[in-house]
Amino acid sequence: MHQVDHARREALKQGSATAIFGLFVAAGLVRPGTAHAAWNQAAFSAKTVDAVVKGLGGASTAPTKDVNWGSTPEIAENGAVVPVSVTSNVPKTESISILVEKNPNALAATFTIPAGTDPTVSTRVKMGETSQVHALIKADGKYLVATREIKVTLGGCGG
Amino acid sequence: MNRREFLNVLAAAVAGGLYLDGKEAAAANPAAGLYDFKVFGNVHLLHFTDCHAQLLPVYFREPNVNLGIGEALGRPPHLVGQALLQHFRMDPRAARAGYPRDLARNLGHAFTHLDFARAARLYGKTGGFAHLATLVKKLRAERPGALLLDGGDTWQGSATSLWSNGQDMVDACKLLGVDVMTGHWEFTFGAKRVEEVVQKDFKGKVDFVAQNIKTADFGDPVFPAYVIREMNGVPVAIIGQAFPYTPIANPRHLVADWNFGIQDQNMQKTVDEARAKGAAAVIVLSHNGMDVDIKMAARVTGIDAIMGGHTHDGVPQPVIVRNGTGQTLVTNAGSNAKFLGVLDLEVRERRVVDFRYKLLPVFSNYLAADAEMQALIDRVRAPHKAKLDEKLAITEGLLYRRGNFNGTLDQVILDALLEVKGADIAFSPGFRWGTSILPGQAITLDHVMDQTAITYPHVTLNEFTGEQIKTILEDVGDNLFNPDPYYQQGGDMVRVGGMSYTCDPNAKMGARISDMRLAGRPIEADRKYKVAGWAPVAEGAKGEPIWDLVAGYLRAKKVIKPVTLNLPRLKGMEGNPGIAR
Repeated sequence: MHQVDHARREALKQGSATAIFGLFVAAGLVRPGTAHAAWNQAAFSAKTVDAVVKGLGGASTAPTKDVNWGSTPEIAENGAVVPVSVTSNVPKTESISILVEKNPNALAATFTIPAGTDPTVSTRVKMGETSQVHALIKADGKYLVATREIKVTLGGCGG
Repeated sequence: MNRREFLNVLAAAVAGGLYLDGKEAAAANPAAGLYDFKVFGNVHLLHFTDCHAQLLPVYFREPNVNLGIGEALGRPPHLVGQALLQHFRMDPRAARAGYPRDLARNLGHAFTHLDFARAARLYGKTGGFAHLATLVKKLRAERPGALLLDGGDTWQGSATSLWSNGQDMVDACKLLGVDVMTGHWEFTFGAKRVEEVVQKDFKGKVDFVAQNIKTADFGDPVFPAYVIREMNGVPVAIIGQAFPYTPIANPRHLVADWNFGIQDQNMQKTVDEARAKGAAAVIVLSHNGMDVDIKMAARVTGIDAIMGGHTHDGVPQPVIVRNGTGQTLVTNAGSNAKFLGVLDLEVRERRVVDFRYKLLPVFSNYLAADAEMQALIDRVRAPHKAKLDEKLAITEGLLYRRGNFNGTLDQVILDALLEVKGADIAFSPGFRWGTSILPGQAITLDHVMDQTAITYPHVTLNEFTGEQIKTILEDVGDNLFNPDPYYQQGGDMVRVGGMSYTCDPNAKMGARISDMRLAGRPIEADRKYKVAGWAPVAEGAKGEPIWDLVAGYLRAKKVIKPVTLNLPRLKGMEGNPGIAR
């Protein structure tokens, strides 16, 4: 359609994966070394929200409403790739983690937010079933949690 | 007695669920005066939605079960029968909107299921594009500059639309003079087909708008989010909201490269942008469904009216939702070309200051057929007419689909599936489209296609465990009864044949369905059962089209006796005004 930028689409398709990744680095979206940062085994193998927080080095969490879920769906179109977008409105946000409660390992991603960076992250998570999805915000050394239910349905009966 | 007295008597008869002798009432033209009312304001919007490709006049029975749960309890559109009539008759807005009061009462037949078969004989059929065209022309002549909005579900629902890939409806809508459109079932013809129509047929004529469809890869808008049209010197923005759950409720592979969703933050951005560009009135043409529209109206500010569809609710007056900066009118204009919504707005100093709204039933007997549109319809149908007019069987009872749990027409489909496939249990999707057939009428192939014409019509036979069956019912039940409308998909409950169950709509997902029984014996979680169904959303599904199976069943039966509806036992719904006998 006319709204779609076909030129940009084609350019990106033709560019190699390396080139695209390079572009992200150049734009400051990914800091060199991020991909090689130490793997937090404890956090990423945790089964519960509390265990993830512990794995990340925290002690307790408090609920927050200062999170904007952007284009995160209420019902997933495809459980295999559910887009999740989180913006933290909490001052001094240091990191944003995304947790899918019913997944075998709850923690899907952790993003470090360097000072002065817009605390907005987007990723895609895999979900096998309807679950609470948590945005875990570390701000000023404290952990805060916002929750959104994302439904994964069998589909096929609307309308 | 004079005409006014006569109408009052008739109104009382309607309210009491009784009708006068058909001949007498028809001679007095119960719809006289309905289409003559004063033009108000300087911005005019005509709105039809969910016509489901019904080019000819039809019977369409409104539901007697449309339960509201949580906040929606007792709120339009979750009022049926008497409760609906009482709610709107006592509402002073009904009088303010300009219906003669007796006439407003007299519209009971159009808006309710009450005494349907008898009333349908009295009033005749509703809708039909040739009759709708006459009404649109009349209203447009009175309202220079009026825009005609098509809320979608226009290209699907009949044999001729399916067999022409939606082309008959595309041509009919262009002739009708549609200005702006959004969509849902249109997408079941595939993304490419929709793009083709929008780029070729609609170019320079119809604006197809949707703020909530983006490409899956880069999130680029697929269609313009809105269009600004000037009317009597007033710039008016029409924002499109396509059905948010198209890839979930319908096969995802048909729109594999697009993402949908409600996207109310992007809606706010779009409203703000349209206002910044000078729009003095902002209208959302929505296919969200009414409960979703009501929630969206409370969350997004700056919208003057959301003109909605999808849930097929014929709601006589708007629901007024107050929000952060003002108020938003939420309307829903029914289905099957049975209604035309007329919203007149008074815009002064770049602001909507007052409104009048009417949802006009399109009584085919009281609106002459437009010759040009009738010619188009005849041309479209001619090659298929003999086939479609085949009388498959006679029905002794009233056949209809609409209702939260089951309809008599769905029961016939379920009975056919059980018998032909030799299944223990049958499922039929909770679609809200499909016309009604009166007792004594012949069921034609045309009627069967009205209930089944989709691009994924395959009949399936699966072995499901009792646990899987329960999961399916819970899943669909949550799409209907989740107290948060953003988690609803707007269809009705899957129709179930062969198996009885209990449903507690107020319970949480996983606890709504209980006491599942087959021939009186409890369904066992681990045991496998043969389950027949149709309309699989998975890519590559196979099976004969459902219309062949149903047509074969009807031909063999010749006469369809009044069916017994397989309905769940309901818990916790006593006193809910969304259910009536």
